[in-house]
Amino acid sequence: MAEVLVLVDHIDGTPKKVTFELLTKARELGEPSAVFLGAPGQSAAALESLGRYGAQKVYVGESEEIAGFLTAPKAEIIAQLVQDKSPVAVLFPSSAEGKEVAARVAVRTGSGLLADAVDLDADGTATQSVFGGGVEVKAKVTVGTNLVTIRPNSTPPVEQAGAATVEQLTVSVSDAAKGAKIVESVVESKGGRPDLGDASVVVSGGRGVGAAEGFGVIEALADSLGAAVGASRAATDAGWYPHQNQVGQTGRTVSPQLYIAAGISGAIQHRAGMQTSKTIVAINKDPEAPIFELADFGLVGDLFTVVPALTEEITKRKN
Amino acid sequence: MLHAPFDPEVGAHVNIVVLVKQVPDTWAERKLQDSDKTLDRAAVDVVMNEIDEYAVEEALQIKEASGGEVTIVTMGPDRAVETIRKALSMGADKAVHLSDEALHGSCALQTSYALSKVLGSLEFDLVICGSESTDARLSIMAPLLAERLGLPQLSGARKVTVEGGTVRIERQTESGYDVVEASTPAIISVVEKINEPRYPSFKGIMAAKKKPLTSLTIADAGIEADKVGLASATSMVESFSNRPPRQAGQIVKDEGDGGVKVAEFLASRKFI
Ligand SMILES: Cc1cc2nc3c(=O)[nH]c(=O)nc-3n(C[C@H](O)[C@H](O)[C@H](O)COP(=O)(O)OP(=O)(O)OC[C@H]3O[C@@H](n4cnc5c(N)ncnc54)[C@H](O)[C@@H]3O)c2cc1C
Ligand SMILES: Nc1ncnc2c1ncn2[C@@H]1O[C@H](COP(=O)(O)O)[C@@H](O)[C@H]1O
Repeated sequence: MAEVLVLVDHIDGTPKKVTFELLTKARELGEPSAVFLGAPGQSAAALESLGRYGAQKVYVGESEEIAGFLTAPKAEIIAQLVQDKSPVAVLFPSSAEGKEVAARVAVRTGSGLLADAVDLDADGTATQSVFGGGVEVKAKVTVGTNLVTIRPNSTPPVEQAGAATVEQLTVSVSDAAKGAKIVESVVESKGGRPDLGDASVVVSGGRGVGAAEGFGVIEALADSLGAAVGASRAATDAGWYPHQNQVGQTGRTVSPQLYIAAGISGAIQHRAGMQTSKTIVAINKDPEAPIFELADFGLVGDLFTVVPALTEEITKRKN
Repeated sequence: MLHAPFDPEVGAHVNIVVLVKQVPDTWAERKLQDSDKTLDRAAVDVVMNEIDEYAVEEALQIKEASGGEVTIVTMGPDRAVETIRKALSMGADKAVHLSDEALHGSCALQTSYALSKVLGSLEFDLVICGSESTDARLSIMAPLLAERLGLPQLSGARKVTVEGGTVRIERQTESGYDVVEASTPAIISVVEKINEPRYPSFKGIMAAKKKPLTSLTIADAGIEADKVGLASATSMVESFSNRPPRQAGQIVKDEGDGGVKVAEFLASRKFI
């Protein structure tokens, strides 16, 4: 059966959920091979779970040079694999990095690229949701290898054991790919919450939260649901919540099963980052707020009474 | 590429190309045309891609600090001139407009090929792009161009410094931020956190009318006709559907039981 490559998205070796989603999708197109690229020693933690989600092979490329430079080294390695293995498709996570690597592989291999797919058929046709969700497009790559970046939460990950045979790659990154060097990496927040891009539930707060301390009620609700915390630009600009949690056109694009927006008006730039969420709940004291136009359930009320009461009710029902 | 290496004798002059795209206003209703399944650009209000205003502003700030020249490059139909004029009236020095019927329907890869041809004929230390366009929302133009031109590329900058042939940016990551460095010439993309774009002044608007604007056809730019346009695009739209706007759901007013009401909804959808 034809081989399908999947770029593993991971944090220090631990694959993100989207990787398992991509492996699940890949099985519909052919035989999935995971491509693990990272710093030396990192793949050890990933192999078992990659196999559990159907990877027949795992190509492992480990080098300080992969981790120390922006996307070009990864693209170089994947382009080489495309040449050597002639896969029918390569699936990438639709993260900022996944899209960049995919773009570079497209130029290197002379292939077409479909970005931000929300679904992928067995014949390689991708579904994309464009213009703020107003138009749904079905498109196909017509040149070279089928390269597709897929949004997290597009498909539920399903286990199906694969052999996960490891094939070690010899990594020699060219000088040309070492142009953009990471000279410093600053970690600002760790927290125990799931990653925003990957989470199945996201709870976001906006200007209505009023202050940094106000995010306490948002976090408490998030924790009761095992959710990630997001914020509107108004909230990140005010310094109430870290910039990396911004959802929207210039923040993260999320597509969770459930998105709860509290104290967010629903500006077009915010919608751009959350519109493809499966279920949307809005809590806002202004009945005219545009966010209600796309909410499956809207509650008109003060978030400072509604959100804590909701958290309490969820905790009660769980016990 | 015609590029003079950094020369400390000449001073810190930084020549910058800013890639600016004209897009449909995000507030307008955007539609695909039935005929060839491309965006109906004629039927909508158009504006400068929002984030590209930040790219222009950043270029102007670097120029004001170091000297040098800011050139706007746009690929798009004739009416994209309006957007170019806006960039010039903000303070850019000159512009190149690539416009040709043959470019209609080009995919991102073809666009990057065409833009790389234009960039190849210019002299620059930095190319600045926006982080994404509001119509395509791909965020891949910078890496595509970097790959084609063999230049280092630094994406998602929220802060940029250029010094002695080195460009350094700060970029948001999922857990904090990275500092990334490259030697010039390089390509960067910027996010909206980076600055506050200026409004064109009346003087700026008047001055813009006299600034050099070069219009190029694909032949002028050395672009091969069979490598651009809908017919040779690297991906093809097979079908599309204009989805009815998301159906607004149930809206309930808080009567003291708001929290419970939301919980009931979540339970009905099996979230709790
Ligand atoms: C280039 C560009 C890029 C942008 N990118 C993004 C982006 O990525 N993400 C993003 O979010 N925005 C982005 N924006 C900004 C966007 O246009 C809006 O300004 C922003 O989303 C507004 O945030 P908000 O909804 O929190 O604030 P507001 O619009 O001020 O809304 C606050 C809401 O809270 C409600 N409220 C107030 N108090 C309470 C209370 N006690 N209880 C309940 N409700 C309450 C109010 O009724 C109101 O609806 C961008 C803008 C530009 C120009
Ligand atoms: N046709 C174009 N002309 C000039 N610049 C463009 C064009 N298309 C994209 N760009 C640049 O590339 C950036 C990212 O666009 P995109 O990859 O389409 O999301 C934009 O913010 C522009 O700076």
